[in-house]
Amino acid sequence: MDKKSIDSTVNQLLEKTAEQGVETIWDRADQQKARCGFGEQGLCCRLCYMGPCRINPKGKSPQKGVCGATAEVIVARNFARMIAAGTAAHSDHGREVVHTLLLAAESPESGYTIKDVNKLRKVAQTLGVEIRDRTKEEIAKDVAERAMSNFGRQEGELDFIKRAPQKRQALWKSLGITPRGIDREIVEMMHRTNMGVDHDYRNIMRQASRTALADGWGGSMLATELQDILFGTPSPLRGQVNLGVLEEKEVNIVVHGHEPVLSEMLVEATQDKELLDLAKSQGAEGINLAGICCTANEILLRHGLPIAGNVLQQELSMSTGAVEAMIVDVQCIMPSLPEVSRLFHTELYTTSPKGRMENVKFFPFSEKGALHTAKEIVKAAVLNYKNRGEVNIPQEKMDLIAGFSHEAINYMLGGSFRGSYTPLNDNIINGRIRGVAGVVGCCNPKVVHDQGHVSLVEELIANDILVVQTGCSAIACAKAGFMVPESAEKYAGKGLAEVCTAVGMPPVLHSGSCVDNSRILIALTEMVRAGGLGEDISDLPVAGAAPEWMSEKAIAIGHYFVSSGVFTTFGIGLPVTGSEVFSSHIFGEFEKIYGGMWAAETEPKKMASKMIEHINNKRSALGIDKEKKRVLYDMEMRRELKV
Amino acid sequence: MSKIIATRAIRGAHKLVTRAEKELNQSLQDKGPETRVEFPNTAYYLPLSHGMLGKNIDTLAGLQDLLEEAKKLLPPLPEEKLWVPYLGHTLDAGMAALFADEIIEAVKYTQTPLPYGTEPNPDDEHLWLGAANDVIMRERGIEFVDGSAPGFAACVGYCSTNEIAVKIARELQEKNLYVFMSAATKGRSMAQQLREEGIQMGWETRLVPFGSDVTATVHALGFATRAALSFGGAQPGDFQRLLRYNKNRVFAFVLALGPVDDEKHAQAAGAINFGFPTISETDIDQILPSGICTYEHVVSPFPLDRIVAKAIEVRGLKIAITKVPVPVPYGPAFQGERIRKEDMFVELGGQYQPGFEFLASKELEEVEDGKIEVIGPEIDQVEEGTQIPIGIWVEVAGREMQPDFEPILERQIHDFINCANGVFHMGQRDINWIRVGKEAKSKGFKFSHFGSIVHAKLHGEFGKIADKVQVKIFTQEKDILELRDYARKVYKQRDERLADLTDEAVDTFYSCLLCQSFAPNHVCIITPERSGLCGAYNWLDGKAAFQINPTGPNQPVKKGKVLDAQKGQWQTVNEYVYNNSHKNLEIFNAYSIIEFPMTSCGCFECISGLLPSTNGIMTVYRDFTEMTPSGMKFSTLAGTVGGGMQTPGFIGHSKQYIGSKKFISAESGAQRIVWMNKALKEELAPILNSVGKQAGIEDFVDKIADETVAVSEEEVLEYIMQKGHPAPSLPPLF
Repeated sequence: MDKKSIDSTVNQLLEKTAEQGVETIWDRADQQKARCGFGEQGLCCRLCYMGPCRINPKGKSPQKGVCGATAEVIVARNFARMIAAGTAAHSDHGREVVHTLLLAAESPESGYTIKDVNKLRKVAQTLGVEIRDRTKEEIAKDVAERAMSNFGRQEGELDFIKRAPQKRQALWKSLGITPRGIDREIVEMMHRTNMGVDHDYRNIMRQASRTALADGWGGSMLATELQDILFGTPSPLRGQVNLGVLEEKEVNIVVHGHEPVLSEMLVEATQDKELLDLAKSQGAEGINLAGICCTANEILLRHGLPIAGNVLQQELSMSTGAVEAMIVDVQCIMPSLPEVSRLFHTELYTTSPKGRMENVKFFPFSEKGALHTAKEIVKAAVLNYKNRGEVNIPQEKMDLIAGFSHEAINYMLGGSFRGSYTPLNDNIINGRIRGVAGVVGCCNPKVVHDQGHVSLVEELIANDILVVQTGCSAIACAKAGFMVPESAEKYAGKGLAEVCTAVGMPPVLHSGSCVDNSRILIALTEMVRAGGLGEDISDLPVAGAAPEWMSEKAIAIGHYFVSSGVFTTFGIGLPVTGSEVFSSHIFGEFEKIYGGMWAAETEPKKMASKMIEHINNKRSALGIDKEKKRVLYDMEMRRELKV
Repeated sequence: MSKIIATRAIRGAHKLVTRAEKELNQSLQDKGPETRVEFPNTAYYLPLSHGMLGKNIDTLAGLQDLLEEAKKLLPPLPEEKLWVPYLGHTLDAGMAALFADEIIEAVKYTQTPLPYGTEPNPDDEHLWLGAANDVIMRERGIEFVDGSAPGFAACVGYCSTNEIAVKIARELQEKNLYVFMSAATKGRSMAQQLREEGIQMGWETRLVPFGSDVTATVHALGFATRAALSFGGAQPGDFQRLLRYNKNRVFAFVLALGPVDDEKHAQAAGAINFGFPTISETDIDQILPSGICTYEHVVSPFPLDRIVAKAIEVRGLKIAITKVPVPVPYGPAFQGERIRKEDMFVELGGQYQPGFEFLASKELEEVEDGKIEVIGPEIDQVEEGTQIPIGIWVEVAGREMQPDFEPILERQIHDFINCANGVFHMGQRDINWIRVGKEAKSKGFKFSHFGSIVHAKLHGEFGKIADKVQVKIFTQEKDILELRDYARKVYKQRDERLADLTDEAVDTFYSCLLCQSFAPNHVCIITPERSGLCGAYNWLDGKAAFQINPTGPNQPVKKGKVLDAQKGQWQTVNEYVYNNSHKNLEIFNAYSIIEFPMTSCGCFECISGLLPSTNGIMTVYRDFTEMTPSGMKFSTLAGTVGGGMQTPGFIGHSKQYIGSKKFISAESGAQRIVWMNKALKEELAPILNSVGKQAGIEDFVDKIADETVAVSEEEVLEYIMQKGHPAPSLPPLF
């Protein structure tokens, strides 16, 4: 068997799954080996039932759909619909969080509280909510209501748009793509890509940008910011990652999905003394809550709880035979899970009314009294401990430091009194750090698991590029050991290592889950604000990548970065290559419009080269590509310095 | 690896906070929570906590608050492996250490006797000076603003030999830097080494021994904090601006001499918050990437013989020094030196011998640049301990030179000569008095060097107007008496010309925007009859400065249409003030204290303010530290009046302005003065009496109250009523 992953836990467990009768994602990927070539290039149109239609990518007939849609129109509509779907996913998550904040403000019995009052105040300021002399609940209620209005707003602009650099806001305005309401943009996107509406691929993509921006600067940002208010803003802490974190002698509960609204309650429930005693009475030494996918990132960042693995490891975690319960909510949850769980003693529970599975127990979670529900689930898991059969937990696990929220980076670079992004900018200007890259996204069985992430990031940090990560990509690189501070000396280029050592940080920063990509938008804006690197995000020596993407959410994220001015490169391939016209639009023309563009590259090393080249170009545009002589200041020059 | 530095600094902060807690608790137990704590004569409370946190601590109980703040900041030590980022933690630990320092130092000030001297210079009993009072801070802090002192070196520990200590001190002095010394190591400190070598220390020579305790280092950072508060426009609690001001304006650094313990590491971390890097002699590891400081944060190890140059490079400081070809160290730090009789080799001029100095403008072809002649005996031809006459005759030629600039350049001779180490200069014109010390003589200092100094400095600082300079030094009485007569005639003519120079006689005033770097909306308007409020610039200076640097802070301001002759309001002046105060001031009256008075930056020599019930005003000089009848001390008044805001009822002004006919002439002038601090009153007695005489008042000075007879407004009123002061019968002030 070919190696499916560079993660040895995956290969080890896969050796057993066949005899266990477990069908995994890799088995099914093999069965799907010959993928539809039209679909892969974005040339298949199923928008109406005159089709399905397809365009011949080799120039032969047919070159139009039944309705007359050309390749570029079909590709654009498909791509835009992916963006709408991704935006919907993040934003519906955001809506859930807003709802939870309202719950925390109005009903203490819900179990939700407001943990970060400072952040509440800051967000209140941005949203124009009055702070003076009011209780945190009063402020939170108004914040939640104002936040909620961002979804259904029909005119005006989203509240967080004003956080973007002035120049970027002006550009959006001039292009007419400043998002109005989150839901409105998604609806309009769906309308315009309906049969027979928008047939200008450029016009379609303008609305796609507007929709994606409603994700990054809207739904996702609301999710992140309000989660921080509710559950605390992450700051650097220690954690562990990979399947080796499952405990042989403890009740293992794996939480998988995306919304911390669920996992936070589970965290509390697993610390409940009665339940811990119950676990002991069942012969277990404790209760171990571990995560998969982005929920894992959420509980890691706020509690230092272990990560069992990224999205492709969900089935494998159960195949260890050591998982008493897996609790899922929304997004990236494989429909195969019930089948796998039935082969082991693992109990699978769904918790979101939006994400149910046939014959799987459903614990509705969005009701009041979430803690009570959580305890019920944990209790069931504990009582399941005695049903364990053979246990096969891989040894591998890796330490990491996580928790690099925007606030944490600000503090990390200067403490309570001098916190700012200036040291980052300074060291980019003086060349110790070449630039910053965001490496994010999913995993995809079309390629060797984790390899794209790890090879790319290894190459980037060796070239003095500081890497910020989220999502399953972050988990991949954490497993590879890039997120321990010691890795700076081992893997990073000399200049980057020097800065890492001065700050005490790893060269790869874990910033959270996939909705937390909004943290990267804030970080980029802050880099602009700190000065010396241009006036807009598109001036910064930065680049983005999703080497192993698979979800529509990744496309939405990619597109909000591009529309915010970031050069963004995707691995695996993009379902747009069927139209040369469309490709040259998003791979070329975009640069002139947005200062950022899409790129596709399957080879991680080549992907790194493209990103480095882009960063180098930005450096020379900024005039920071040459070594600068030390400037000595006399009084006149000191007077010129800003105070 | 910087983790070593982080670990040691954080550990040091923990130790200091623990120590602060212990000493504070002891003090609370002994003296009670209401016991007052204060640093001497300052309006800035305990400056660190006042500046950073906006706290106004004045009791032991208040220190408990500060202790809690320090504890909150204390981070855990970095782990051996898998550490979380420590830079932010280290900086917070540094600030916690400074708060702990401040607590410990404040507790010291509750002790009797005080562990510190109270004068600006050390005496036999007290080497250590502790916190500087506001008088010193204002006087010295302004040098950080105008650039005459680019910053300071906080020296902790001691040098391997006394000789090196002296060398480092001299090197720093020559670069115009202040040297703040604290933190002895095993009982040895740089200040003690300098004392052993008989080096004159104190604020006047810029060699300031703060304290032997490591915690006394906080006085250096407290000084920096106050500079930002008083000159940097930072409000108490606005730590961001305060620290940014220090990073970008006050070019200070820490020199760690000898071994560096945990507590000293913590001080270094505290200093980094201010943008002040540390350069260490011993190997304590390095933090090279920039960000918090302008360049490196910690550099080590670095040999002492090159450490000063390295520190200046690391801090990013460019020091423009005119190289003066004399065999002794040269720089403003030596201006404050005194030469005692026992140390004196020769005295020139002064009380017992005739002397003068004179500068004349000449045509270009009349001057041979660099020609220096000594007419009469040189220093090696006179006996040790003698007094001889002196005449310094300077001739300047230049395309831009004008007779008006002669007195301005001539006045510089004092500063120029005084900057030589081992040479003392006082007075000007025909009352000059010079001493040359034995040490300077032994190093080869000659009378001809007076000429070398004047030649080099005139070229260096007035190169725009002085193209050629030649100097004759006379040391024989016959020549001197003859030339002095001529010089006196010229002095007289100049005085007459200046006396004729009235505001009405000119069509152009000069602005001074020098202080906008810290009081951004302040505009000084200098008229012939109202000099700059700092006392350093008169109208002619402004004119010369504009000539020297046409784009500099002194610009010509046309008067334009007279809007109010009595109050001193002109249309074009108003427009100029409006535009240059960033549209904050619309109307400006040059001669009124009540209506749209001139604003102040903060550098004023004197403050005058209304005492409403007396129908008069009080005037206080900046050296006066006691309470004034306004209910405020000078420092508090300064805070009210400064910062570029029009404060009706108060003005800051120069001493000289009091004698001007235009002194608050809109409100009947100097006869309004009902109270003055005694020293100022005595100094200005002749002027005040002549002002009185013109208004028909005999013995006006006697009618003015001072602190010996009145400290409250009621007492002033009582005193002036009894003395028949004219103010109560003048028209009501408002």
